[in-house]
Amino acid sequence: MYKIIKKRLLAPSVQLMEVSAPEIAKRAKAGQFVVVRVNEKGERIPLTIADSDPGSGLITIIFQEIGKTTQLLGTVKEGEEILDIVGPLGMPTHIENIGTVVTVAGGVGVAEIIPVAKAFKKAGNRVIGIIGARSRELLILEEEMKKHCDNVFVATDDGSYGQKGFVSDVLSDLLSKQINIGLVYAIGPVPMMRVVSELTRQHGIKTVVSLNPIMVDGTGMCGACRVSVEGRTRFACVDGPEFNAHQVDWNELVSRLSLFKKEEKVSTERFREECRCKKG
Amino acid sequence: MQKRVKMAERPASERIKDFRQVNLGYTNEQAVEEAKRCLQCKKPFCVDGCPVEIDIPGFIKAIAAGNPLKAAAVLKQKNNLPAICGRVCPQEEQCEIKCILHSKGEPIGIGNLERFAADFEKEHYAKNNRHTALMPKNGIKVAVIGSGPAGLTCAGDLVKMGYLVTVYESLHKSGGVLRYGIPEFRLPDDILDYEIENLAKLGVNISLNTLVGRTKSVAELFDEGYKAVFIGTGAGLPNFLGVPGENLNHVYSANEFLVRVNLMRAFEFPLYDTPIYVGGHVVVIGGGNTAIDAARTALRLGAEEVNLVYRRSEQELPARREEVVHAQEEGVRLRLLTNPVKFSGDENGFVKEMECVKMELGDPDSSGRRRPKLIQNSNFTIRTDMAIIAIGLSPNPVLPSLTEKLERDDEGHLKIDDKYMTSIKGVFAGGDIVGGETVIQAMGMGKKAARSMNEYLKEINPKPS
Repeated sequence: MYKIIKKRLLAPSVQLMEVSAPEIAKRAKAGQFVVVRVNEKGERIPLTIADSDPGSGLITIIFQEIGKTTQLLGTVKEGEEILDIVGPLGMPTHIENIGTVVTVAGGVGVAEIIPVAKAFKKAGNRVIGIIGARSRELLILEEEMKKHCDNVFVATDDGSYGQKGFVSDVLSDLLSKQINIGLVYAIGPVPMMRVVSELTRQHGIKTVVSLNPIMVDGTGMCGACRVSVEGRTRFACVDGPEFNAHQVDWNELVSRLSLFKKEEKVSTERFREECRCKKG
Repeated sequence: MQKRVKMAERPASERIKDFRQVNLGYTNEQAVEEAKRCLQCKKPFCVDGCPVEIDIPGFIKAIAAGNPLKAAAVLKQKNNLPAICGRVCPQEEQCEIKCILHSKGEPIGIGNLERFAADFEKEHYAKNNRHTALMPKNGIKVAVIGSGPAGLTCAGDLVKMGYLVTVYESLHKSGGVLRYGIPEFRLPDDILDYEIENLAKLGVNISLNTLVGRTKSVAELFDEGYKAVFIGTGAGLPNFLGVPGENLNHVYSANEFLVRVNLMRAFEFPLYDTPIYVGGHVVVIGGGNTAIDAARTALRLGAEEVNLVYRRSEQELPARREEVVHAQEEGVRLRLLTNPVKFSGDENGFVKEMECVKMELGDPDSSGRRRPKLIQNSNFTIRTDMAIIAIGLSPNPVLPSLTEKLERDDEGHLKIDDKYMTSIKGVFAGGDIVGGETVIQAMGMGKKAARSMNEYLKEINPKPS
């Protein structure tokens, strides 16, 4: 059992939880994730480790309440426990000093990119952050991001804050300035990562993305998370979750993410119904 | 000669509607009748066939004498998980094939009797079961990585020898392949829970959600005071065919399919949150027990038809004969000498057909089985909306790749010496991670490794005289 020590709402339906998991906190590195099962009937879902502190034994997870499981997780209160958490899983981000690194994140991806930006900064890089959300109220962790980056650019889809448009538009402007960029790192919704990948391909800039396919065990056992990279099947849970963006088969990833759309809808509606009953 | 007593089975039409057991077990009378057929050989060959060296005539004698509890005690001297072995061991290739009555075609139903004795104990005296002899605790800590058949057996034997044993399991439930791989209709969860609880009562401590390699390292285990480590992490990594279209939606590894159903209880979706697709026209590729389990599971979920595609002939099917027969009774169609070459999908990336070629058998290969050869221009397609690939597993690389100096062979199996010790002193291994194949082989290795670990620990830590 893993106790929730702190919980706060970062934006509408975006939750931050600090959870007691000393063994995971001791070893977690940037880019790694945990697999969480909320209760006895729950499914296993992967969540990126947004922060970890070996001293206090806490790990931070940040998630958007979209489907049944994230909504269910959102109902667990401070002081209560999550049934199962295993980790840290996946290969840590390969961190080196390559000069300038641009970290691009959209939506809840901002939470996931902070440990990466922090690690690149610590390794001596100049780190530029580009973060975005649909609107100002959905933008999270801007201040935190500023702590770990040399510059931070913000974009919102509706223009309510920062530049109007997508994070990829900001990246596009940056690329046109001909500055020397060693690496672009992107995490967020698949369409965003895909556009970023197309942009940097044109400029020949090495780009790493952190993928989020469907997972079950998260330890290399089931192959649910397989992705085609450079024509080879790889398991995101053990070979990734980070891959060379220019080698990812994006069409396949998009298609595989739609695998259980119908079932997800059934589950989510059922959960909403249950919540209504409880309240009523 | 008296005929072997057949174990009652539920009719196929009834059993494909649920996940309850197919075989119903012997009644007391049936068990005694079957046990009395045993000739009680002076030199029992059956014991030679048992990887965990059970005193087979001994436990059968107790059943024949009307004392199944004593029989269970005899079983447990050597076997920590008799209710499981009685169900899933391939006795027909191990003990029963060596039975002196085998030549007459009616060997003793050793597996059936084992199951009977273990179940009898569970039903009647489970709460005060005190049959296991325990050595006094010696205060020495040992760690077991993986709670599958190899790990549990090793842990059980070590705890009986007096060690303080902790088993580390990466999943949220213990049992390894016994839990996530073997379906309820062959091995019910409550039987597995019961056997694992028995180990816990003996003092085995199980730590879940711990992926050794990631959550903690082997070196850290030694730092924490463990004096020896057993690795039984199994063969986790599913193999794929390497044909086009294999990553289309609703093409699954058997591991994923079975994990969803067995471990995550997707057959109870949406009561349980993990979803599973119920295919109309399911194909399963492979011929082992896992393939058969997947095919029969798909039927129980409600598939209209299930084709099992295997590239050799029926004779070479590696699955247990009994399971193949059960599957066929239930409606699984065998498509033999058939090999998939390609999957095609619809515009949304969902599989819709599988292209196959016909095969014929050529000369024997290194395994002694006749090698399947492609018949040119024999391509044909099978309509499918769900394909399950069950062509075997590779050793899970997570722990080996994260443990310095742990040597592997070309196939990724851990290298061990004749004492089951790996390339790291004090670290032992057994089961599928070193190249076992069946549950009982894994258990046999776990058992022998426990013995070696005991010898090793005695050597490095001799008792002060």
